[in-house]
Amino acid sequence: MKFRKLLPYLLLILGSVIMLFPFVWMVSTSLKAPMDIFNLSIIPENPTLGNYLQILEESMFVRWFINSFIVAVITTISVLFFDTLVGYIIAKFKFVGRTVIFVLILSTLMVPTEMLIIPWFMMSSDLGWTDTYWAVLFPGLMTGFGVFLMRQFMEKIPDDLLNAARIDGMNEYVIFFKIAVPQVWPAISALGIFTFLSNWNAFLWPLIAIESPSLRTLPVGLSFFSSGEAESQWHLIMTGATISVIPIILVFILLQRHIIKGITLTGMK
Amino acid sequence: MEQFSDSNHNHDKKPDRKEKKSLTSKFRGNLKYQKYLFVYTCLLLPIIFYLGIRILPTLFTFNVGFRDWNLLSTDIQPFVGFENYVTLFKDEVFIKSIFNTLIYIVLGVSGQLLFGIVVALLLHKINRFVGFFRVIYFIPYVTSIVAISWVFQWILMGNGIINDVLINLGLPPQPFLNSPDQAIYVIIGAMIWQSIGFQMILFLAGLENIPEMLYEAANIDGASSWQKFWHVTLPLLNPTIVFSAVIGTITFIQVSFTQVVNMSMDGSGGPLDSTISVVVYIYQLAFRQFDMGLASAATVILFLFILALTIFQMKVLTKKFDY
Repeated sequence: MKFRKLLPYLLLILGSVIMLFPFVWMVSTSLKAPMDIFNLSIIPENPTLGNYLQILEESMFVRWFINSFIVAVITTISVLFFDTLVGYIIAKFKFVGRTVIFVLILSTLMVPTEMLIIPWFMMSSDLGWTDTYWAVLFPGLMTGFGVFLMRQFMEKIPDDLLNAARIDGMNEYVIFFKIAVPQVWPAISALGIFTFLSNWNAFLWPLIAIESPSLRTLPVGLSFFSSGEAESQWHLIMTGATISVIPIILVFILLQRHIIKGITLTGMK
Repeated sequence: MEQFSDSNHNHDKKPDRKEKKSLTSKFRGNLKYQKYLFVYTCLLLPIIFYLGIRILPTLFTFNVGFRDWNLLSTDIQPFVGFENYVTLFKDEVFIKSIFNTLIYIVLGVSGQLLFGIVVALLLHKINRFVGFFRVIYFIPYVTSIVAISWVFQWILMGNGIINDVLINLGLPPQPFLNSPDQAIYVIIGAMIWQSIGFQMILFLAGLENIPEMLYEAANIDGASSWQKFWHVTLPLLNPTIVFSAVIGTITFIQVSFTQVVNMSMDGSGGPLDSTISVVVYIYQLAFRQFDMGLASAATVILFLFILALTIFQMKVLTKKFDY
């Protein structure tokens, strides 16, 4: 009886070891001196921060980190603003062309990003956008998914609430920001977190849009670093991986309640 | 201020019906005008965006797929009909990449669903440390695929830690990513590892939505816990399973690029093209050989492939259960 109660815990602990081991091994290797990395102790015998100092001095990780941050923040702000606004308008206004516009936006959900990278690439090289933040940013400024999601939530706001505000003489912009947005705040924060995460970790498009090393985002930079300048220098590769992974894990642990609630909220609707 | 004086004015004069009507209709008309102005100014940028950056490029891709369009060679791009498609289907590597993508999806998505359900069921059974375990299982999902891929390479190297453990256990060391037979399964394993957490959250929410009443009824009928799982839990999780499978498939197709580029030995689907996925193949065509015509045709095939798969999943997995 007691064993049956303990069994789920044991299995979950075993699974946790599998989930965490790669991170533990990554951090462990990053703290070892180059000649110690094939010494397979989990806790480094002579821990050193030498790899971190070397990476910060000799490569552009700080720059890549900043690039990723800029791209992810701008994209997230834009997605939140436009998707929420468009979702609100489609849910709460009747106007000529409403269905057409909504169907148009929904149809973009059917098209995989991979199908668009070729025209985007031609577009940004023809327009001279290659190698700018804008080139990385522009495809993600709005998302069909976000519009769809926000429309679902905006539909639940009672019309009377909005009309009351209109009778009080509020203008439409104020109504949107002061009345509608606070009503759907949980959905907005969920959308924000996921947009930030997916842009922070994006690889395919930033790889194509950027040529010069100094404008790379963190995943692209790490990929070039690991297969190029640091080839087979696993202590450096693991240090780079740690730099790109640990901050996001810390942020996740801080925000975990919101993130998990967000998936449930956006996934199950 | 204006409104205030208006209403004062009305009070004084005790207006007749006509005047009152014209006032409200004026107010309404003004409101309507304001609404339209708001709607169309706000939609202006989004319409330009969706047309210019989503819809037209999609159509453009179809167009390029029917042309001989190489960025390196000529300035003219003659219309060649279905020639690109014929070339693709004659290319063994392309066929291989389609086949591999199917393996990635079938094994990867069913693996992540299976482990997601198992972890969710275990978490549903216990009542302590639920939040703690949830965080741990979810961590891989938020981390960068690129970083994780390199960590897996390091762990699974010829003289890496896993092989060291195998040798200490008296087992033969494995080539893993160096072997054309094993590499694809290693990559699928890493993909599953990374997405268990996401599926777990969806299934936990699904489990919480199942009314306790149904289990009580099953208990009265004397159902075993396996019967309860098979006849109550699983059918009621069905919508979650369909949703997860569709989402899983779409993300897997994208993830397969990042993971393969960063985990395969040559960075492009090796060894011997054993791990190449359609997206990696497209990337090679478009950005190594600059053959935009062929690459576009391949993306069109990918599009149809995803479309067919989604419809198939919806049809096969969606069954109606009545209670």
